[in-house]
Amino acid sequence: MKSKQTTDNAISMPAAETVLSLYRTMVLIREFELKAREVFRTGRMPGFIHVYIGEEAVAAGVCAQLRKDDYVASTHRGHGHALAKGVTARAAMAELLGAVDGCSGGRGGTMHLYDPECGFLGSNGVVPPGILIAAGAALGATLHGGNQVAVSFFGDGGSNNGAFHEGINMAATWNLPVVFVCENNMYATEMPFSQATKNTNVASRAAAYGIPGVQVDGNNVLEVLREAGKAVGRARRGEGPTLIECLTYRWFGHHEGDPGTSYREKDEIASWKARDPVKRLKAEAIDGGVATEQDFAAIDDEIRDVLEDAAQFALASPLESVETALRHVYQEAVN
Amino acid sequence: MQTANTTLSGKVQEGSRVITYAEAGVEAVREEMRRNPAIFYMGQGVGVRGGNFQQSRGLHKEFGDARVRDTPIAERAQTGLGVGAALTGRHPIVDIVFLDFTLEALGEIVQQASTIHYISNGRFKVPLLIRAAGGGIRSTGPHHSHTFWSFFAHIPGLKVAVPSTPYDVKGLMKTALRDENPVIFIEHKALYNSKGPVPEEEYLIPFGKAAIARPGKDVTLVALGKMVAIAQQAAALLEARNISVEIIDPRTIAPLDKATILQSVAKTGRLAIVDEAYASCGMAAEIAAIAVAEGFDDLDAPVLRICTLPAPHTFSPTVDAYLVPSAEKIAADVAAMFGRH
Repeated sequence: MKSKQTTDNAISMPAAETVLSLYRTMVLIREFELKAREVFRTGRMPGFIHVYIGEEAVAAGVCAQLRKDDYVASTHRGHGHALAKGVTARAAMAELLGAVDGCSGGRGGTMHLYDPECGFLGSNGVVPPGILIAAGAALGATLHGGNQVAVSFFGDGGSNNGAFHEGINMAATWNLPVVFVCENNMYATEMPFSQATKNTNVASRAAAYGIPGVQVDGNNVLEVLREAGKAVGRARRGEGPTLIECLTYRWFGHHEGDPGTSYREKDEIASWKARDPVKRLKAEAIDGGVATEQDFAAIDDEIRDVLEDAAQFALASPLESVETALRHVYQEAVN
Repeated sequence: MQTANTTLSGKVQEGSRVITYAEAGVEAVREEMRRNPAIFYMGQGVGVRGGNFQQSRGLHKEFGDARVRDTPIAERAQTGLGVGAALTGRHPIVDIVFLDFTLEALGEIVQQASTIHYISNGRFKVPLLIRAAGGGIRSTGPHHSHTFWSFFAHIPGLKVAVPSTPYDVKGLMKTALRDENPVIFIEHKALYNSKGPVPEEEYLIPFGKAAIARPGKDVTLVALGKMVAIAQQAAALLEARNISVEIIDPRTIAPLDKATILQSVAKTGRLAIVDEAYASCGMAAEIAAIAVAEGFDDLDAPVLRICTLPAPHTFSPTVDAYLVPSAEKIAADVAAMFGRH
């Protein structure tokens, strides 16, 4: 099986409902990250955040193809995946603040967002066990007789780690219902992908495992949506895993506080900002007559309110009492 | 407290069904897999072959390809997939076969499995049994002889069982498979063919409950896994010198039954810990610290650690046998606690 590069001219504009839903998710992620940066700069936020701005189309396009009971395992740059899978902005923002109303009760923070209600199996502080966790969730679903699909998001950095090989090989061998989504943003922290591997086409590696691989423009949400739809469909039909490589870019540094400019040229950053996935969808939809400026403006207003509310909620949420410090080290009940 | 009398040479008590340590494990897994459809088993060579040590013999025949799965040589994936499956409500048994190779999966065990219940604030649980055989047998050498139980017991969120008899294998394995935490279940490869009485009826051995493997009054010997049988041999040698040894087998070191150890020390006034693992920062050091911190007034002599000497395991049969505590070495060191040489 050969990897192939898709061409976006084959993509037709979906119905307004789909377009606006994708737009809403992308704007939700964008505004969430902007608000998180704002709060971070006040000094109220513990730890370090890795923001996802610039890559929103990947999470939005892939998760639009998933059901609530499907599974997602994510990365250190996981806010977008969590929100796209259904973690609320309130619960995610409170978690970033280490507050008790966070989706992990404030114990996980940015890199350990968990939510069983929507199948979110965690952002992760390690690169990239999410590949293994997603494959395991897919195995679990299969053994349970369900038809859930699991998705693993990971970066170009993750693709050079041993878990990529072990996890994809085993998932392929067992034909598990999992989709491996590589967000190739060209840098593993500061390491350019071209200096980290000889074969920079991640999708082509799928051939080594006997599964389909496809490289897409990760800043074109419609292309991501289409390819994710095929992959999720294959998985759900029991036809096994797919590897999707999404070419994208993070606008800012590796983490908040890293300007991201010592190892990346300003021109390169500017050229990717010009390929803003949010603006692109809006422009194409208006051009195509699927939605109007007012439709998008209404979503912008709605999401701004959602984030204002989320930030207020999160900042008002208390921190955990130390009296519960040893709770949940072990699951106490024995079945 | 029930103790099963078994030895490395296979001598057993009369009057009870006798099976091997390996068979006891298979029986426990089989019973629990019948009871709980969420349990499945994966590992290298655990299917049709029945496991390198016959520790999964017959399971594939009864439960089939879906629930008893052979894996590639990919311990990290085995364990990571186990974590993922556990998050969806399955209860995986991940058989790493050789304890040494848990190192290939250490990040998945320590960074993922042990932490998720806590850092998700109890929203997810990780019912996962990691099974592996530790310790040396017949010059298994540096890559197949390790004794990492202390590593795992160091980590909050993990439980660690190290059974020494067929009776304990069955009872502890059944408990492990009803516990919804990650459990590291370490059998000793030299014990798989040892025999002992194992009731056919159902029983469970709670974690954190030590066995008094031999009652005595002069000195407490804490020993684990294969070292319980070696300690029994040492105790027989010491008995001939009028030293009465009480052997405590913790059976699980996370949780650790401090109370039984401290009660024994209160009675005997002397404590020696025998460990096939290394002394430095290990189980023996932990138990010694507990005895000093919580039983200081009961101690009539310094606490003694009798552990494998700090060198890699070697193929050399003479040197490897020298590195690991022997009955003679234990007996000599314990006799010295009484000023006898």
